[in-house]
Amino acid sequence: MIAIKEKLETDVLIIGGGIAGLMAGIAAGNKGADVILLDKANTKRSGAGATGNDHFLCWIPEKHGDISVVYEEFMDSQNATSNDTPLVMRFLKTSPEVVNMWQEWGINMKPTGDFHFEGHAYPGRPKIFLKYDGHNQKKVLTEQAKKSGVRIINHSPALEILSENGHVTGVLALDVSTDTPSYRLIKAKAVVAATGYVSRLFTTDPTPSQMFNTNMCPSGTGDSIAQAWRAGAYLVNMEKTYRHAGPRFLARCGKATWIGVYRYPDGKPIGPFIKEPNVETGDITSDVWASAFTDLKMSGRGPAYMDCSGASKEDLEHMRWAMKCEGLTALLDYMDKEHIDPGKHAVEFSQYEANLCTNGIEIDINGESNIQGLFAAGDMMGNISGDIGAAAVYGFIAGQHAADYKSEKHLCEDIEAMPFCKERMNLYTEIFERKTGASWQEANFALQQIMTEYADCGPHRVRSDSMLTAGIKYLGDLRRKMTQELYVNDAHELMRAAEVLNLLDLGQALMVSARERKESRGRHMRSDYTFTNPLLRDKFLRIWQENGTPCYAWRDRIK
Amino acid sequence: MPPVIDPEKCIGCGICADICPLQVFSFKIKEDKIPTVRRPYECWHCNACVLDCKAKAIELRLPLTHMLLYVDSSTLRPKED
Repeated sequence: MIAIKEKLETDVLIIGGGIAGLMAGIAAGNKGADVILLDKANTKRSGAGATGNDHFLCWIPEKHGDISVVYEEFMDSQNATSNDTPLVMRFLKTSPEVVNMWQEWGINMKPTGDFHFEGHAYPGRPKIFLKYDGHNQKKVLTEQAKKSGVRIINHSPALEILSENGHVTGVLALDVSTDTPSYRLIKAKAVVAATGYVSRLFTTDPTPSQMFNTNMCPSGTGDSIAQAWRAGAYLVNMEKTYRHAGPRFLARCGKATWIGVYRYPDGKPIGPFIKEPNVETGDITSDVWASAFTDLKMSGRGPAYMDCSGASKEDLEHMRWAMKCEGLTALLDYMDKEHIDPGKHAVEFSQYEANLCTNGIEIDINGESNIQGLFAAGDMMGNISGDIGAAAVYGFIAGQHAADYKSEKHLCEDIEAMPFCKERMNLYTEIFERKTGASWQEANFALQQIMTEYADCGPHRVRSDSMLTAGIKYLGDLRRKMTQELYVNDAHELMRAAEVLNLLDLGQALMVSARERKESRGRHMRSDYTFTNPLLRDKFLRIWQENGTPCYAWRDRIK
Repeated sequence: MPPVIDPEKCIGCGICADICPLQVFSFKIKEDKIPTVRRPYECWHCNACVLDCKAKAIELRLPLTHMLLYVDSSTLRPKED
């Protein structure tokens, strides 16, 4: 039996110490709540913002004027198809406050001396991404969380969110600081789920032999989305899978940090937006036409190149600085060692495998889910996008409301005695005590095979009722086998096995949602419903679980 | 093997093992003199270990599967506009 290391109590428990989680901790701590934050790694270097970022979507009144300027650019031009408007407005209204806090704490939001918006932009249109220097953001936010009284427990991933009668009651967590796993049981009045985007669900493209070569950190496996799903939370927009793009074999975000033009091999620009490098806009082709790279490959007109050779010396130096802000130092070091000079060499770009980002827990305007006391923030919010800006701001909002929530509720008497908690503790113990069987890697690859073959998204890949129905059946078979056969050698592998079980739940929710959306829309391409149904444009598909069975319902996007 | 530790420079502080987002390193504070690169296939090549190593004892090596593909930009010049 895996031992219980400690039992704790707190007002607010936060799962995940990325940008959203740390901001939630700071907000809740500043309101006087007792806060515990769990991170599977170390908050100083975990999550999508581990080594930096350089674009922060926000509204700065003195630069933009009316908030509608930013709202309309965000909704119309950034493919923001999964956003409830009241949440977007709350995010934008709160964003100046958060930007100023970051500046005050020591994250440089004015690296040119003033607020400056640059990149992810169309020529001649408003710019909504603040250029900032986020290279130290995780360390600054970690220090700030400690100052706010947050107790950070590193190397302790959550395993389950516990709830009773529609109220959250706490969390079952794992300690992976040594090879021998142990449990941590934490009673909490409110829980903020903040484990970010989901990678490792589909076969890594274009390096299938390298599962961890993903554009965002492969530790992101949507753990608290799956945990919330098991607790009965509503998920939304799960079928709208996303595919990022960047350097071909080194999967990495940060395409907007490059100051160049996407070109065909004959030198013609791929997109219609710019012909020469433009430091103020970047080449937004990859944002609005991310499938271009795959389209070129499939048509034989590729490869697609990022060509920065027309940029001035100053702009190339600016790009190099921005790559450090964005956390792309591994890429820079590699280019230096290999004598690859963006001023002279064009780098091939491609599209990466599908992942989940803005597909997840449905929240209300305060960041709360349908489970009372369970909040969610960050890339795992299902009904608002906005990358790091939205993660920071909604983390802050959710943390404030989670702190308010605690004063109203009492702690559950004994979470260890809850049948669901016991059942899951037994499951993880069985996996740990099994001597032979399927490794987590084997299970993860098996899951990726089924997802990629039966539920992949476009371009050039289609979904259909019969393929999804088969895929759902196969996922059920895989679940049975994984439950019977998964085995691990140590605490680290148990964490990875739990991640694969979480990914399996998300794969199921994705497939059921994709089967129900009987139209083609964006990357969700159906061979049996090849048209886009105008009546479904503003319809969100909500999915949840009752007694182990997925249920779904359509709802209107909130305008 | 992605991160490469120089045993001559490593001071055995264990920071790399503590901050690695993927637990690539193994390091037992009282027993080990230098960390071991235990799970190379879980490295994401984020460079956190290189950035945070006070002794500058770590170098990141990108596997051949991750090579950057590039051509001389002059080959892409538009033939006509």
